[in-house]
Amino acid sequence: MLIYAVNRLALAWAIVVVVIAVLFCMIYVIPGDPVRIALGPLATPEMAASFRAKMGLDQPVWVQFTRFFLGILQGDLGRDILSNRGVATSVLEQLPFTLTLIAGSMLWAIAIGIPLGCYGAIHRGSPVDRIIGVLSVAVIAVPSFVVAVYALLIFAVELGWFPAIGAGRRGEPLNQLHHLVLPSLAVGLGWVGYLARVVRASMLEVMGENHIRTARAFGLPRRTIVYRYALPIAVLPTITLLGIGIGHMLSGAVFAEIVFARPGVGKLVYDAINARNYPLVSGTVLITTGFYVLATLIADLFVAGLDPRVRASLR
Amino acid sequence: MSVQASDSAVALGRAPGWTAVSRGFADPLGRLGLALVLLLLLTAVFADVISAYEPTKMLPRDRFLGPSYEHLLGTDQLGRDLFSRMLHGGRVALMVAFPAIGISLALGIFFGLASGYAPKWLDNALLLLFDAIRSFPTVMLALALATIIGPSLQTVVVVVILFSAPAYARIIRTQTLALRSAEFVLASVATGASIWRVLGVHVLPNIIGPILILVSMDLPVVITTEAGMSFLGLGVRPPTPSWGSILNDGYSFIRESPWLAIAGGLPIIITTIGFTFLGEALRDAYDPKLRKDG
Amino acid sequence: MEPALSIGGLSVAFATPHGALKPLRDVSLEVRKGEIVGIVGESGCGKSTLLNAIMGLLPANGRIVEGRIALGGTDLIGLGERALDAIRGDRMSVVFQDPMTTLNPVLRIGRQMSDIQYRRQLTGSNKKARSLAMLARVGVPDPAQRMAQYPHELSGGMRQRVAIAMAMLAEPELLIADEPTTALDATLEIQIVRLLKDLQKNTGCSILFISHHLGLIAELCESVAVMYAGEIVERGSVRDIFHRPAHPYTKRLLDCDPARIAGPTARLPTIPGDVPNLVAIPPGCIFTDRCPSAFTPCPGMKPAQRRVAEGHVAACHLLTATLPNDATVIGSRS
Repeated sequence: MLIYAVNRLALAWAIVVVVIAVLFCMIYVIPGDPVRIALGPLATPEMAASFRAKMGLDQPVWVQFTRFFLGILQGDLGRDILSNRGVATSVLEQLPFTLTLIAGSMLWAIAIGIPLGCYGAIHRGSPVDRIIGVLSVAVIAVPSFVVAVYALLIFAVELGWFPAIGAGRRGEPLNQLHHLVLPSLAVGLGWVGYLARVVRASMLEVMGENHIRTARAFGLPRRTIVYRYALPIAVLPTITLLGIGIGHMLSGAVFAEIVFARPGVGKLVYDAINARNYPLVSGTVLITTGFYVLATLIADLFVAGLDPRVRASLR
Repeated sequence: MSVQASDSAVALGRAPGWTAVSRGFADPLGRLGLALVLLLLLTAVFADVISAYEPTKMLPRDRFLGPSYEHLLGTDQLGRDLFSRMLHGGRVALMVAFPAIGISLALGIFFGLASGYAPKWLDNALLLLFDAIRSFPTVMLALALATIIGPSLQTVVVVVILFSAPAYARIIRTQTLALRSAEFVLASVATGASIWRVLGVHVLPNIIGPILILVSMDLPVVITTEAGMSFLGLGVRPPTPSWGSILNDGYSFIRESPWLAIAGGLPIIITTIGFTFLGEALRDAYDPKLRKDG
Repeated sequence: MEPALSIGGLSVAFATPHGALKPLRDVSLEVRKGEIVGIVGESGCGKSTLLNAIMGLLPANGRIVEGRIALGGTDLIGLGERALDAIRGDRMSVVFQDPMTTLNPVLRIGRQMSDIQYRRQLTGSNKKARSLAMLARVGVPDPAQRMAQYPHELSGGMRQRVAIAMAMLAEPELLIADEPTTALDATLEIQIVRLLKDLQKNTGCSILFISHHLGLIAELCESVAVMYAGEIVERGSVRDIFHRPAHPYTKRLLDCDPARIAGPTARLPTIPGDVPNLVAIPPGCIFTDRCPSAFTPCPGMKPAQRRVAEGHVAACHLLTATLPNDATVIGSRS
């Protein structure tokens, strides 16, 4: 287990390095003045000068990269052009909102997707199963911003059941929850379908295994077999998927935040783009990518830790 | 992880291309998918013929009209006919999709072959690169690139290529690795067949199937990326209609008229569902074992 | 006294894209109370399907076409899932073939053993105590430690003992053992078989022992049924079958037993040919194509079960009292 963890960590680290390298390349390799590209058109001459000095633009490329890299590790992601605050601070302030949105989306996916998948596996081939199957594919295909706009249109504008804007009033959890429903549905709907399919397939596979046959041969009631013997094994792959899914949910969250005017990392980066606040853009991309790599890493390690067979084979 | 599993399952090819394709159309969902795809293609190509108005023609007195005989889907905030804009939006979608996928495929073939035949360190390095690109939350990278390069159709194409090419490269790489040591290839080379013959007769038929499946599963992603970026104002510039920008208008003017949102979102839904159903049917026909839902 | 298990004229069919597959045809069998009965046959003869039919575990496309199965006095066919659940793991239990995959890999042994005792209104510690006692009974050393372990931490032989312990926890009237030793090596095989014999003596349960290993059957069982391609071709006591086999298939099977090879030979004896197609069942005797003694009536007419001796029957035309004058031997494969 330890060796696996170390390997996995090394891989994650390697990916982070590559990501930073790619960002670096984007700034310096794309034709144009690197200062312009990194800071954007609103940079004042003083900012440009200090940036030039800090990055050492007259130094060889690899020196620049090292300084860039070390700077990031020290938490210096640059300064916001407009407010002159540290980018890292701004991003980390907004991150909790986005995380809440993602958590809400996962809740939709788990609360509806897993039971649907179970039902489909148990009643395989039934009309309801077929309908669930088709709908699952359909919702996976449709992009989240379309769902967001339509959810807004139907449930907020036409029916008025849910608020259309914002994250809710501070200190009022119920109100905030009310504001969370539609945006998290927009992000999570695709995942409901995806989980339903994966859980169904996984359940069918597990239910066909010999140890389930043994459980049936010993007359264990259906409920016990499905929920305590089969499902715990069947859901293991979904944990990894959800970990990987966080990255995709992040993309969906960006759109949801924009459509529902919710505070969060997505809105931050969108406003930054429109305001030509480039350091904020690149800093946000970096942090969210790092976050995504971390989430995948944790998900993988978690699964490896849970399954005793995996633990044994890795020992 | 699941991609890797399907990579190796695809490795030595199952039903040759055409059998799989014809089997794919026995599935009713596959047929539906095909029908929707054809609908998209036809309406996009013949958009000028079908629609009565030019998509950019403004009729300032006829803003926010609901559906009628003159305007099948109504008009938008500048009095432009929504039905016509919707059809022309399809053209934009295709104008992004075809070059993007074509170039992705080419890059994928190049890097996939390179990775498959390369020494292990290069192979690992390339794999790491592919994984790293897949690690980016797509929207973020798209936003960053659009910011730096500037919004345009070309930017969208670049973004799509960046995200699609690694997937193609992976599949090609898997096939290359598998076929490299496959007996019939070795035999062919041993009997002195030229590299072109080996590629054309042996390699190509085996990879057509997985490539076809990947393309039809990739297209919804491509279309979504284009629509998403246009939705955020980072894609095609107005007044060129794109489904994403129409949807954005629909969002901005959501209280004035729901029809803009419908005109923008409906074609996206239909197209993505259509290609996905088609891709699923093809995949099931090609190798049922790839199917992940029993 | 009624028999522990009574199967009469059982026929099973599977619906397949190629037509109806008939893996079991007109199977009749009886296990008396306290008796150990063996079923012997090659792979594909229908042993597993018979087991599934008895347990009510046929797959979705399989169904019992005709016949009866009775456990004690209870008719098993037509019982609902609930009723079957009440019987399975209580009045009858199974030991399966592959100890590697039979136990749930993510639950501890103790938990699995407690779970199957759910019917009895016992406390957790009571169930645990029973489990411990049974593990000791089947010869698992240090049972307390084993109970806390996962299946993959045990060896194959140990896992099979656990499986037997679980089967016996139920105190069943009938224990069905489906090739319980096939996945184990020779020394373990003998141990397991002796364990079963021992348990049977003490508890008085009946055992249905399915195997293709003739030596084990001879060691353990009192009576034997020989299965071929979904039919029972011969039944009788162990002595009858092994010393006075009546059906050509049984004879060939015994000839092929590696234990019977007298001295070094260049070729091992086999039965030439293949198991027949179970969708298009030929009208006559099922063994005709591979039978060295097949003659005129064999391909056209199905032989009935004929009495060879007291308690010994076989389905073969060769057993008719007189042979017709124009009988000619058809097959001559040897």
